[in-house]
Amino acid sequence: MSIRERLSGNEAVATAMKQINPDVVAAFPITPSTEIPQYFSTFVANGAVDTEFVAVESEHSAMSACIGAEAAGARAMTATSANGLSLMWEMIYIASSLRLPIVMSLVNRAVSGPLNIHNDHSDAMGVRDSGWIMLFSENNQEAYDNTLMAHRIAEHKDVQLPLMVCQDGFITSHSIENIELEDDEFVKNFVGTYRPEHYLLNDKEPIAVGPLDLQAYLFEHKAQQADAMRNAKQVILDVSQEFEKLTGRKYGLFEEYKLDDAEIAIVCMNSTAGTTKFVVDSLRAKGIKAGLLKVRVFRPFPGEEITKALSHIKAIAVLDKADSLNGIGGALFEDVTSSMFVQNIHVPTVNYVYGIGGRDTTADQIESVYADLAEIAQTKNVGNPYRYLGLRKGDVK
Amino acid sequence: MSDINVNTPMENLTIGGNIYTSGNARDFKTGDWRSAKPVYISENCKQCGLCFPVCPDNAIPVCKDTLQRTDFNYDYCKGCGVCAKVCPFKAIEMKEEGEE
Repeated sequence: MSIRERLSGNEAVATAMKQINPDVVAAFPITPSTEIPQYFSTFVANGAVDTEFVAVESEHSAMSACIGAEAAGARAMTATSANGLSLMWEMIYIASSLRLPIVMSLVNRAVSGPLNIHNDHSDAMGVRDSGWIMLFSENNQEAYDNTLMAHRIAEHKDVQLPLMVCQDGFITSHSIENIELEDDEFVKNFVGTYRPEHYLLNDKEPIAVGPLDLQAYLFEHKAQQADAMRNAKQVILDVSQEFEKLTGRKYGLFEEYKLDDAEIAIVCMNSTAGTTKFVVDSLRAKGIKAGLLKVRVFRPFPGEEITKALSHIKAIAVLDKADSLNGIGGALFEDVTSSMFVQNIHVPTVNYVYGIGGRDTTADQIESVYADLAEIAQTKNVGNPYRYLGLRKGDVK
Repeated sequence: MSDINVNTPMENLTIGGNIYTSGNARDFKTGDWRSAKPVYISENCKQCGLCFPVCPDNAIPVCKDTLQRTDFNYDYCKGCGVCAKVCPFKAIEMKEEGEE
């Protein structure tokens, strides 16, 4: 039986962690994710969880402690943002290559510099090919639900990869919204007990983890990781389906919002999807066939499924909340367009970089994107595909 | 597990290169990393036993019955020179690898 509550995104994740009751949490405070380990440490102090809380001296150590704990056979969790994730960089790859299903809450924030503490997706995009499963969350409910599903996905024998649950810093992490929580017993049963087949503290099987892996082996071990990432897609669908049966809350690889009969569509992730739904509704009321595809599973990237869902659209805008500074476009744009190209589906598609450093993205701006798309659908002329939304720019031609 | 070798297909490798058995460091020969080589001069050796405990690998075999060392096992010698340094009797001489 679900419990109706009002929580911020950070409270929602901390509550999920309390209910999961992991063996180890190692974390270092960084805005805007600070509240997660802060709330969690009170659960530890109050005896609400049995977790060993490791107050580390840096994020590099936070991830290192999670790696050690997970390799030892424990269930380990952490939370971070932006530069905290940057400092974990080295260990992020170690975690995935050692196939340790650590679960991390990533509260998305702009990576410095110049220094900024507000939301964009540059932190997540920096680790997008590091071998972590990446789930994005539109609101606090999704951040909570994704966290409840995380261990089932990450620890699955066909996967065994770490997983990060992303949500937008401040926009959802610090906004209090209505939420449906599951009770402690439900979470305990759904998440289950972690029973790894091999682990360092098993005195009946002495093992070595992370040995030297030279020319004769690293290639194959990386290919195993790639296989596991591909396997994760089906596992995510299976776990989500079971979750839906029990809670009534439906999750897939992505959400299609009024996309079936849409002629123009936006593809985006996290909280901007909420704004976009509002705009889609108002455009629909005017008879404009606008739709939205909200990516939930960014890694593994569901390229075939997204292509299928978008193949009937006349013009697409992909919104990237991180500029890739590569001269060609944002990461989500590249993934969507290359997925469609290799499947020989050619729809006029443009990229909008938006919301950098926490810049507000308004309904009017989203509406202007749909207006641009209507024109592209009509003229078939894409023009400049690499665009900005909400950027101050003079009229200098 | 121990039959994993350079011809093993990826499907049969353990994840992350994990090693699920113990005592298999001897399967990994590191002697070809060597650039300097210790040479055993048996006539100077007093069998004092100072050299083999300082060997970081398994390059100085000691006979279980006689407790006497024998010549180097170069499969495991990386040429670090620690044994030559501790030898009080000039029974180990370091030479450039490849020098006769």
